[in-house]
Amino acid sequence: MSENKRSFQDALSESPLVVPILAIFTSMVLGGIIIAWAGGNPVAAYIGLYQGAFGSLNALSETAVWATPYILAGLAVAFAFKGGLFNIGAEGQLALGAVAAAWVGYALPDLLGAELPRYLHLTLALGAGTLAGLIWGAIPGWLKAHTGGHEVINTIMMNYIALNMTSFLLNGVMKDPSPTNVIARTPLIAETARLGTLFAKYRVHWGFIMALVAAAIVWWLLERTTFGFEIRTVGANPDAAQYAGINVKRIITWTMAISGLLAGLAGAVEVTGLNYRHELGFSVGYGFDAIAIALLGKTHPLGVVLAALLFAAMRNGGTRMQFMTQIPVDIISVIQALILLFVAADAIIRYIYRLKASEDKLVLTRGWGG
Amino acid sequence: MSAEKRIVLQAKGITKRFPGVLANNKVNFDLREGEIHVLLGENGAGKSTLMNILYGLYQQDEGEIFIDGQPVRIQDPTDAIHHGVGMVHQHFMLVPVFTVAENIMLGAERLHQGSQGREPERPWWKRGFFNGLQNLERLERKQVSARIRAISRQYGLEVDPDAIVGDLPVGVQQRVEILKALYRQANILILDEPTAVLTPQEAEDLFRIMRDLTARGVSIIFITHKLKEVLAVADRITVMRAGEVVGHTTPQESDEQQLAAMMVGREVILQVEKADANPGEVVLEVNDLRVNDSRDLPAVDGVSFSVRAGEVLGVAGVQGNGQTELAEAVTGLRKAVGGAIRLAGHDILNKPPRPITEIGMAHIPEDRQRHGLVLSYTVADNLILCDYYKPPFSQRGVLQNQAIDENARRLIESYDVRTPSPYVPAGKLSGGNQQKVIVARELSRNIKLLVASQPTRGLDVGSIEYIHKEIIAMRDRGIAVLLISAELDEILALSDRIAVMYRGQIVAVVNNGQLTREQLGLLMAGSPPAEVGLSL
Repeated sequence: MSENKRSFQDALSESPLVVPILAIFTSMVLGGIIIAWAGGNPVAAYIGLYQGAFGSLNALSETAVWATPYILAGLAVAFAFKGGLFNIGAEGQLALGAVAAAWVGYALPDLLGAELPRYLHLTLALGAGTLAGLIWGAIPGWLKAHTGGHEVINTIMMNYIALNMTSFLLNGVMKDPSPTNVIARTPLIAETARLGTLFAKYRVHWGFIMALVAAAIVWWLLERTTFGFEIRTVGANPDAAQYAGINVKRIITWTMAISGLLAGLAGAVEVTGLNYRHELGFSVGYGFDAIAIALLGKTHPLGVVLAALLFAAMRNGGTRMQFMTQIPVDIISVIQALILLFVAADAIIRYIYRLKASEDKLVLTRGWGG
Repeated sequence: MSAEKRIVLQAKGITKRFPGVLANNKVNFDLREGEIHVLLGENGAGKSTLMNILYGLYQQDEGEIFIDGQPVRIQDPTDAIHHGVGMVHQHFMLVPVFTVAENIMLGAERLHQGSQGREPERPWWKRGFFNGLQNLERLERKQVSARIRAISRQYGLEVDPDAIVGDLPVGVQQRVEILKALYRQANILILDEPTAVLTPQEAEDLFRIMRDLTARGVSIIFITHKLKEVLAVADRITVMRAGEVVGHTTPQESDEQQLAAMMVGREVILQVEKADANPGEVVLEVNDLRVNDSRDLPAVDGVSFSVRAGEVLGVAGVQGNGQTELAEAVTGLRKAVGGAIRLAGHDILNKPPRPITEIGMAHIPEDRQRHGLVLSYTVADNLILCDYYKPPFSQRGVLQNQAIDENARRLIESYDVRTPSPYVPAGKLSGGNQQKVIVARELSRNIKLLVASQPTRGLDVGSIEYIHKEIIAMRDRGIAVLLISAELDEILALSDRIAVMYRGQIVAVVNNGQLTREQLGLLMAGSPPAEVGLSL
């Protein structure tokens, strides 16, 4: 009997899903304790959260709307992790992707003096966004490969440049010139540059499908192609990669470029699918939540999709929870932070639930030595 | 003789389990006063586990330890030292920027207050950091230096207490480790593979020191897998295999062949059988090569040699004399600062690894876990690490799983890699099987040159035997082999010609058999060729 039990526990300990699920569960329990301590009713709060996230077709649609940028930005961070790189710059890459897509969306017809065909204009807008993200990711990648400058520092610095540049543009040349406008935002993009919604009555748009397709492509690229083999080899053991004849510098630059591309696409999709303009402050935090999502999803594309849906549900449901129970939506951030903490320090979860220690440590990046 | 000596240390029925492994199974071991007791066994036989239990790094699951006839519990190295057990690890535990005296003092500050026992538990605010500060105030360098000099004289271990450890040769650093244990009044010394890093001459010195120590009543447990050394120094020999003691013997009652058979559990062919070489045209030509090390200091200083098809050129030398940098420059892993390298007529100086590999070079790297394998990858993926981008493994940029699978099953079969499946991470295999994965991958390609760096380091006798046979088979198929090894026995067993490297230069190239083992050892230690009777 005990032998069976032990082997079941072994199998449980080795499953890649068990730590994230227990981390979520533990964080919800701790979140509930905090809610109760603050004088709220945790059960009512979580019922509100659930209803807000999944309680109606509209709630589901809104959850998918939230999930769209989360999936794409989470894929961006996870992709870099696979190559052994820590992209903290998704926030900046995403902002520039949004700016570029918005500019193509509203300014290009005027510039050309003619309306563009719908799919061409949309493709150009999305293309401009991904290209901006790609460039913004490739720069710290190139610096890492050729100068050894650490990508963590450089992506943070690139964030400052991107976010302040966005603010400068949105308050200046790109500001919506209509006389009633007082906030830093671009004009609305042309109809021809917009992504359609999936269902007439709801806001969920084709960007959600694009994000799911992107996850599948990322998985295929990493696991099934020669290029992906090179990226994973550089990520797992750069010395062996060099020994195997892989051009490590080229791969590092491309890994960051593609990571930036995915983040830029997230920004472009938000503009073309949801807001139809770029507005200062619309995206604050997507790029940082993306790090948590990539970690919670264990850098696997499917894991990223699931983690992004969870984060989206919590963000979306949090509003209704606050409305129903007056518990501030900030508790959601606390729970999300706890989840990340437990996933990153999985020894805590393994200790609480008496799971065997994992033999394979999740090594995401190679520290400061590079 | 030694049978009448008192037993100073005894382990009875020691059993230690790790998840999935029985590392020690009811092991009995005893050590008599003033003897050298060799513990012999392959990697993974359980020698280190037993020693780590005696030194307090592990706790046994079952069994008892007696010191001077008294049962003891050794919970950590502090307990071990308190009971007079000292250990010299294979990798030295020294701070290179400290002096010898400072290294020896390190951690022993409390002992020379005169109290020998463990101090009572203190509250947390009196431990650690604050305690350390008190000790700093108390360092009395002169007294310590004087005591070190006294111990050095007593045991015949010449060391300058004020020398910086990082400046000392490896052999002397090892003496510092031994002094460290003696300073802590150890009378039982555990030496874990102490000769792995030494030249033959340094090893001789160590053996002399060991005999001096035993003459003064110190008892030594000597762990090794080198059979020649066992016969040279042992009073008694205990052989371990797969966690169990499989036999006791003495040098008088056994020979190398017998010891090897006990260790492996079957007859082993120690001597590689090979016919005379049949050298063809020059495949690798190195001219006045200069390479710097990672600190940008000259490591290879004007080296020239050539390797012909169908011969093995062995580069002998003590580790750290530029062999690593030489191999890395030839294989494209490190940039040279000058000279020329030609492989089959192509200039390959400072070319990246891929074009060199494509001309026909295979490389068994010195550090298999760093360069040779991606430990988190499956065996199947590791077997295509150098060829993943070529058909049949890749078609139009897409990996072909069926071809990868077939390749893995074929190589696992023909190179006898022991793995439960091709889809086990390479990190889960034993060292010998990891090396076989590399050998299978490298030798199965269409190659002209094989660069083999320390191809059998840390491997068990069975794997060594296998890899040696494969290397000779490659030579007999007309492939040029550049063998780099710190093991002189390996060089002598495989090479047709031997180049001796010392301080970045090749001091002599001779035919195998032209010089004795001892003469080669002297050259490796830096004696001028003329002094060892070699006229060039």
